[in-house]
Amino acid sequence: MGIELLGKTNINFIGMRKYAFILSALLVGLGLLALLQMWRGQANLGIDFAGGTAVQLKFEKPLKMEEARKALDESGFRDSELQHFTEGNKLLIQVKKPFEGREEKVSEKIVAAFSKEFKDNKFIVESTTEIGPKVGKSLRDDAMIAVVISIIAMIIYLAWRFEFSFGVAATIATFHDVLSVLGLFLILGKEVNLLLVTALLTLAGYSLSDTVVIYDRIRENLRLRPKDDLAAVMNSSINEVLSRTIVTSVTVFLVCLALFFFGGEVIHDFSFALLFGIVVGTYSSIFVASPIVYEWRKGKKIRIRTKR
Amino acid sequence: MLRSIQLRAGLIALFLALSIFFLVPTLVDPLPKWWSKYLPTDKINLGLDLRGGMHLLLEVEVQKAVDSMLDKYAADIKDSLTKKDIPFSKIERTPEGKISVALPDSKANDRFNQVRADQYPGLKVANFREAEGKFLYLLEANPKEAKGVEESAVRQALETIRNRVDQFGVAEPVIVPQGDREILVQLPGIKEPQRAIELIGKTALLEFKLVDEENSLEEALKGNLPPGSEVLYQKIVDRDTGVVTRRPYLIKKRSMMTGDVLTDARMRIKSDFNESYVSLDFDARGARLFDQITAENVRKRLAIVLDNSVYSAPVIQERISGGKAQITGSFTPEEASDLAIVLRAGALPAPVKIIQNVTVGPSLGQDSIDKGIRAAIIGSILVVVFMAVYYGMSGLIADWALVLNIIYLMGAFAAMRATLTLPGIAGIILAIGMAVDTNVLMFERIREELRLGKTVRAAVDAGYDKAFFTIIDSHVTTLITAVVLFQFGTGPIKGFAVTLSLGVIINLFSALIGTKVIFDWINMKKQLKTLSI
Repeated sequence: MGIELLGKTNINFIGMRKYAFILSALLVGLGLLALLQMWRGQANLGIDFAGGTAVQLKFEKPLKMEEARKALDESGFRDSELQHFTEGNKLLIQVKKPFEGREEKVSEKIVAAFSKEFKDNKFIVESTTEIGPKVGKSLRDDAMIAVVISIIAMIIYLAWRFEFSFGVAATIATFHDVLSVLGLFLILGKEVNLLLVTALLTLAGYSLSDTVVIYDRIRENLRLRPKDDLAAVMNSSINEVLSRTIVTSVTVFLVCLALFFFGGEVIHDFSFALLFGIVVGTYSSIFVASPIVYEWRKGKKIRIRTKR
Repeated sequence: MLRSIQLRAGLIALFLALSIFFLVPTLVDPLPKWWSKYLPTDKINLGLDLRGGMHLLLEVEVQKAVDSMLDKYAADIKDSLTKKDIPFSKIERTPEGKISVALPDSKANDRFNQVRADQYPGLKVANFREAEGKFLYLLEANPKEAKGVEESAVRQALETIRNRVDQFGVAEPVIVPQGDREILVQLPGIKEPQRAIELIGKTALLEFKLVDEENSLEEALKGNLPPGSEVLYQKIVDRDTGVVTRRPYLIKKRSMMTGDVLTDARMRIKSDFNESYVSLDFDARGARLFDQITAENVRKRLAIVLDNSVYSAPVIQERISGGKAQITGSFTPEEASDLAIVLRAGALPAPVKIIQNVTVGPSLGQDSIDKGIRAAIIGSILVVVFMAVYYGMSGLIADWALVLNIIYLMGAFAAMRATLTLPGIAGIILAIGMAVDTNVLMFERIREELRLGKTVRAAVDAGYDKAFFTIIDSHVTTLITAVVLFQFGTGPIKGFAVTLSLGVIINLFSALIGTKVIFDWINMKKQLKTLSI
């Protein structure tokens, strides 16, 4: 026999929308700030977007960061960024100076500098990434276009299945989640790169289906109780699917937790974004998506397709 | 009822068998002989980020190809005007990609126009002006002609690079054009990335040029370059200390002969010095040319120039007619053998510039796979246990759907020869999340129906019915996203979209049919009074 985390709940979610909107405004504001910083070139953009050179080394023995710094300073890469993964003695060096062809041999110089400094600690070059500014720009543009088109397509589908206001609100809620994660990355100084964009897309997909499930119940209840107050219908709908929302979030959270702890350094930030994103996504589909529709449509008749 | 259950169970079994069939090459190593003879042997294709390898994006500098065509035209016009006794005051290449021609009188002008129309349809007049009785032309490449040159430069570069990679010996290389002037090169599992980059990126324009011995090198280095000559350098590496020095030469610009007359180039080792060098064989035309050059320039120095750096500049001792030559220098055997490869494969029609290089070492790739798999297994176990605890026996049915899902997904991957990348694994995670969610949706619905006092069978049926459209809605929205991302995304985003769309479609099947059939079967076997959910 199974267990039940939540029994029948009766929480007034719509009534809490003022507080939710304030919290969300904060989160979204931070995210917009992050976008602005990215646009101004101030944000911590990964080299796949900004262009540059990255080299990852794996040492035989543990290394001291000061020595690594010294090696880089002496070889003229003072501005480079260092990331140290103690597990496996790995070091990621990123030089965010535009990569203009291979004449400058940045990666070779870095490797040479480390061979000189770490004579008694052998290392292998695990990965080298060199990205020209034009490629970075086209990767950035492509990602943008793909995201925008997919969002438009989603609004159209949701507007057709529900109502225009639902489509827009779901989109806002999805953007809300994406911006929140971007904002968090800004605060923590973490890097915005292609892998993060994939994480954000994963998140958008997840949060959207979360929202759709609630909308579906609202639609069903609107049909069953056409005379009831919109707030009451929405509240009972959210409450009815609440345990599903929580259970699903918990399971996905568990998977991402495993990724975060055991997935290795390459997807560490990726899974971190997902972990935070799941929490925000769950919050937004309960506290943001439906209240927006409520604010928009209260007092008016919602014309929902009666046929399914 | 029984018939419907049998049908659905058969469908599930069929897909399961198909998936396992396509997964055999990935899981069984080595494959039995009879299998590899008749059946598919493709393993799941891992992306470069997982298996290690090199991803290069090259930009062909097509403008250079147009420039060198104009160089040729300029020289050619000079020759034909001289031959036809048409006087001219100047024929010159301007730096802006044009040819400037000046003619002294109108008679010359008329005859020049005749020649131009007859022999050089590829050139068009960009500017014409008559000043002080002189006729001044600025000629440029016809846009159509220029475009043709650019396109063929990219095509030839692609061919040449493919040749070089083939001779270097890389398994399953990908070499394809991308956009107008870019070439994508993917070399899985490459061990010496630096060497591969040198090999692919080298223009490898081999030229034989005379050393300018009439003028002084010292003067030239001070900046007084004699017309028609230039300073080129030889790189000399001290094998013991590794110190690199550069030795200047004053070289005549005119190239006597280029590498296109080569029929073969091989790495050889001088037995007495244990020194590597590259031996060259010329074709008939090249042999004749070389014979003529050496005969006319005995006692002079002939420089062997590759991509504008001097490799050696030996004194021509005597006329050489065998159609053979050699390039010496302080080569390691690898360098000599790579040089031989690029010379054999021919020069690139225009230089290429590496605008993107992502190289992942095999150790990091393996590390990512190991950790990815470990994380996926731990994550799946967590989910499986959670579902079983939370939903009891029904949770086990959901777990069964999850396992089915993963096997189907892997099988589909192998069958479609799709490439699994790190972002692809992210897509799988989202798909697993959705698979679980589908079951949670239905179970919660069934619980609601049970609370209303319905019988087990009625509750299960009602639960499935009511959850059905919710599931369709959430899957379709996700599928829309995935398809758009696949269509418009590049690289990692595309990899993500592939797994996600496959995952969504498979999940619809395994959840709506895979689990329902078990509930139906249990219900048919015995009238359940209670359901563990």
